[in-house]
Amino acid sequence: MSIARRHRRPLPGFGISLGLGTAWLGVVVLLPLAALSVRAAGLGADGWLRAIGDPRVQAALELSFGAALLAAFIAALVGALVAWVVVRYRFPGRRLLDALVDLPFALPTAVAGIALTAIYAPNGSVGRLFAEHDIKIAYATPGIVIALVFIGLPFAVRTLQPVLETLGREQEEAAASLGASRFTTLRRVIVPELLPALLTGFSLAFARGLGEYGSVIFIAGNLPFKTEITPLLITIRLEEYDYDGAVAIAALLLVASFACLLAINAIPALLSHGKRSDG
Amino acid sequence: MKIRHSLLLSALVLAFGAAHAADKTLLNVSYDPTRELYEDVNRAFAAQWKRQTGETLTIRASHGGSGKQARAVIDGLEADVVTLALSADIDAIADKGKLLPANWQSRLPHNSAPYTSTIVFLVRKGNPKKIRDWGDLAKPGVGVITPNPKTSGGARWNYLAAWAWASKEYREGGKVVDFLTRLFKNVPVLDTGARGATTTFVERGIGDVLLAWENEALLTLNDADTRAKFEIVVPSISIKAEPPVAWVDKNVARHGTRKQAEAYLRFLYSPQGQALAAKHFYRPAEPDKVADKAALARFPAVDQVTIDGAFGGWKKAQAEHFADGGFFDRIYRPGS
Repeated sequence: MSIARRHRRPLPGFGISLGLGTAWLGVVVLLPLAALSVRAAGLGADGWLRAIGDPRVQAALELSFGAALLAAFIAALVGALVAWVVVRYRFPGRRLLDALVDLPFALPTAVAGIALTAIYAPNGSVGRLFAEHDIKIAYATPGIVIALVFIGLPFAVRTLQPVLETLGREQEEAAASLGASRFTTLRRVIVPELLPALLTGFSLAFARGLGEYGSVIFIAGNLPFKTEITPLLITIRLEEYDYDGAVAIAALLLVASFACLLAINAIPALLSHGKRSDG
Repeated sequence: MKIRHSLLLSALVLAFGAAHAADKTLLNVSYDPTRELYEDVNRAFAAQWKRQTGETLTIRASHGGSGKQARAVIDGLEADVVTLALSADIDAIADKGKLLPANWQSRLPHNSAPYTSTIVFLVRKGNPKKIRDWGDLAKPGVGVITPNPKTSGGARWNYLAAWAWASKEYREGGKVVDFLTRLFKNVPVLDTGARGATTTFVERGIGDVLLAWENEALLTLNDADTRAKFEIVVPSISIKAEPPVAWVDKNVARHGTRKQAEAYLRFLYSPQGQALAAKHFYRPAEPDKVADKAALARFPAVDQVTIDGAFGGWKKAQAEHFADGGFFDRIYRPGS
């Protein structure tokens, strides 16, 4: 304590910092979410189930959950690859690639949506190649998944990078010297170390994809029962002045995001527990 | 510490005092395609108001999807006047926000619509799919681009124009719904707004025909490049799209801008206001007032139904067609 007092800290004391921090967090994050929850609770289980049970809402939820899951899976795999390359190799343009990873974070989502649509539309540079074989990318489910991978990728890369940096080569070398094949090394040494971060990245990308609106809306096509994502349906309910309907769907997405958050926090503990009992 | 507080206080007093002494400001909350029109109108009206009263009037404009704009006003965006795509949106401000009386539409001439427009088709040059009228839109293999009536005011006019044609053609409710179902099956992308749909059609090359506000279609063809690629087809029947205007009573009372807001809206009906509407491809409500007859000649003759005549007003049309479970929802049933 006496040492602590002698060091002058750049920020005022713990009490004030924590107080201001949580107060701010409360106003900006918790209060609106609490208001949404209260509003949703006011609907009652009946009203809520009725709103969610609407076949069109069901179709949108299926699409949003499915596309977000698939996109998070791809983002985690590709993200792992990108992180591996950036951490393990030195090559010209590495810093640029590293910086580019953050681009989807910084870019307004509408810009991403317009850019992706321009490329994957049937008259776009990439979309054209697929259109020749009657495959639709933009205005169909593949376009939605691509947009969600785009915005989810940085989550996977940025959660894996620090883990890969601390994961020394020594363990791989040790495994190799004990006669492990490259596959065995990957399976027994590298993947278990990376798994918690991989799952965290996956969950973050999934939660983000579930609620993504701006970048998807341009490329989705927005046809009811086919390519209509859940956040668009929230907007549509608001256009109908059906605040209750909008709140019901929003509350479901909130619960899903919250579950993801809990899972993210529980994963490392569960995995390390499993490992300990293994060893 | 005390000194700092009093400094802050005097700064606040100064700021508020200055705001109070400043001349009036009007906020016009409008929808998307009126951006260019109101730039001109605001400049002209502010100059006229200065000449007449000596007061400097600053007019700010906010543009966006009509329904979203209406919701923003209900939720507290302090609009002095609203100039939206359909009266259903201003009705919502009256019903849900209680910010103006329910009879707002009778306070200004022509149902409070100083200018009108209609719905036309924009097709690719040479009209390769031979699209002449609404019936052609439901044929197999024709790609129709329209925004989503749930999110776009313009799209509701598109939909109702198609409905008006079909009710005259088929005279039977079931066949009308069937026609619209086939038409919307031909829609490959439902954009959320009119400008987005124009982009899908013009830039992305999707579809064979764009259902568009006449003013947007004429604006698109104002450019020589696009004129080489597209042409307008005028259907046999269309709808008289009446984008209405109103001052927002509660807000102008609070701001003390009632006089200015009403004068601003009445200016739209003046010869100068009507000429500006025509210049920006809106059909003036009182064309006799427009001196430049060439500007009027750009509007082709169209047989136009009205929302009151064909649909019994917006309140009814809104509830029957676009509310949750309405005809539009029935058109998009699972498996159909």
